[in-house]
Amino acid sequence: MQALRPYLAAFRARFQLMLQYRAAALAGFATQCWWGVLRIMIFAAFYGVHAAAAPISLADAITYVWLGQALLALLPWVADPEIGQAVRSGGIGYDRLRPLDAYSYWYARTLGWMLARAAPRAALMALAAGLVLPLAGLGAWAWQPPPSLAAALLFVPAFALMTALGAAIVMLANIIVAASLNERGVNAVLTPLLIVFSGTLLPLDFFPDALRPFLHVQPFAGLVDIPFRIYFADLAGGAALQGLALQAGWTVVLIGLGRLAIDRTMRRLEMQGG
Amino acid sequence: MNALALYGRYAMTSLRAQAQYPAATLMLTAGHCAATAIEILGVFALFDRFGPVGGWTFGEAALFYALVNITFSLADLLTRGFEVFGTDFVRTGAFDRVLLRPRAAALQLAGHEVRLSRLGRFVQAFAVLVLASHLVPIDWDAAAVATALWAVAGGVALFGGILILQATLAFWTVESLEIAHVLTYGGVQAAQYPLNIYAAWFRRLLTFGVPLACVTYYPALAILNRPDPLGAPGWLLPIAPVAGFAFLGLSLLAWRAGMARYASTGS
Repeated sequence: MQALRPYLAAFRARFQLMLQYRAAALAGFATQCWWGVLRIMIFAAFYGVHAAAAPISLADAITYVWLGQALLALLPWVADPEIGQAVRSGGIGYDRLRPLDAYSYWYARTLGWMLARAAPRAALMALAAGLVLPLAGLGAWAWQPPPSLAAALLFVPAFALMTALGAAIVMLANIIVAASLNERGVNAVLTPLLIVFSGTLLPLDFFPDALRPFLHVQPFAGLVDIPFRIYFADLAGGAALQGLALQAGWTVVLIGLGRLAIDRTMRRLEMQGG
Repeated sequence: MNALALYGRYAMTSLRAQAQYPAATLMLTAGHCAATAIEILGVFALFDRFGPVGGWTFGEAALFYALVNITFSLADLLTRGFEVFGTDFVRTGAFDRVLLRPRAAALQLAGHEVRLSRLGRFVQAFAVLVLASHLVPIDWDAAAVATALWAVAGGVALFGGILILQATLAFWTVESLEIAHVLTYGGVQAAQYPLNIYAAWFRRLLTFGVPLACVTYYPALAILNRPDPLGAPGWLLPIAPVAGFAFLGLSLLAWRAGMARYASTGS
């Protein structure tokens, strides 16, 4: 426990700092509500003509949209902006002087950054889409709770793994930023990959059937598609366990890759600034 | 020097600056092209799975998609100064300097930067336009081309008006609020599907509130030679983009009201 303390402190410091940005959270929430409504209307239009062609029911698709809007900030959109600043200003030198494991230290801070940005938005979204909508008589457009206790219990590890996997992907981006001194390039590649392959654009099963074998084993699937389908029990029993295994497997692989890469990068790091 | 010549000189300066870093500009443009092109994948996947919706096939939807994306890419290219107005001008006090010059502030902001990388969206949208022309019979005669250009002009005016309103808000809030993204990026997202698939309240909002449908949906119907499934009269379709210019005019009025109450942040 004693060994973990500095990492917990780094996590908590960043988490509390990010929670201060209330206006940003409110603006983000309003934007996400609007996108959610828009995407649901598009889904509803297509379901209206040919619902039998869809891989999941409209109610599940609506829950998928709200869940996605609520947890949007938890996804690895871009490298941690503080890392780019630290690399360019030379502030990374202080990080190197700390008697800490470089990977774990950055990982804890990144985790704090992501969770703190996601927490207020998720809470507001649950309130709006899960509570206000049904009370306003729009229950058909609401964010539904998990259909069974088993689904709810399985979603707990799925959510934890989704977070851990997302942070592992951000860490890989952070390390590329540290090596290349600029986050623009890596962000330009990471964001489109995430939108398509995580299931943010559409649930992965909506893409042409021929692509399924590939889409369901790549790492980004563990960020949105797998955990959300576990939530509404589209993946249940053995299939859900398989999904969790895929999330856990990719998390371990990507953390391992990140650890290898950070050692190499740190050995060659040239300090900027003065 | 008249306003137009001055604007031309602003634009040339900005373009020359970007030409100093040709590789970076090209890479940013390619990146923007790839990042914005993924939306068409979503449109394609939905039509591929569900078939035609609201009487529209994928080819026709691709025309809606291309039109709104071409429009927005040009607006995005031209309005950078208004987008960063709160952050870079009001908060820093740099707007004081703009006001000291004997030229309209709006003109100086419009000439602040012409961002070439935004042409990435234009490139992918134009490719989709070519694809749409292959998938559905679009008769690109002089009238259709003129309607398309007129619609794009109206659309650039509309998006420009939205960006000016966003900048105007900064007179009160100091920071740029990204809430306007709901209307810009959100508007593009909404207008890339045909209007008649949406709920009635949303259609009215996009026609009478923020007249996005007037600069994309109605002129696209005229280009496709299709009557409006919702019953808008035929003569209205090609002249609808005028609503974009009206929106821009109202935005400029709001902008002047905002300028009148501007107080420097004093730094």
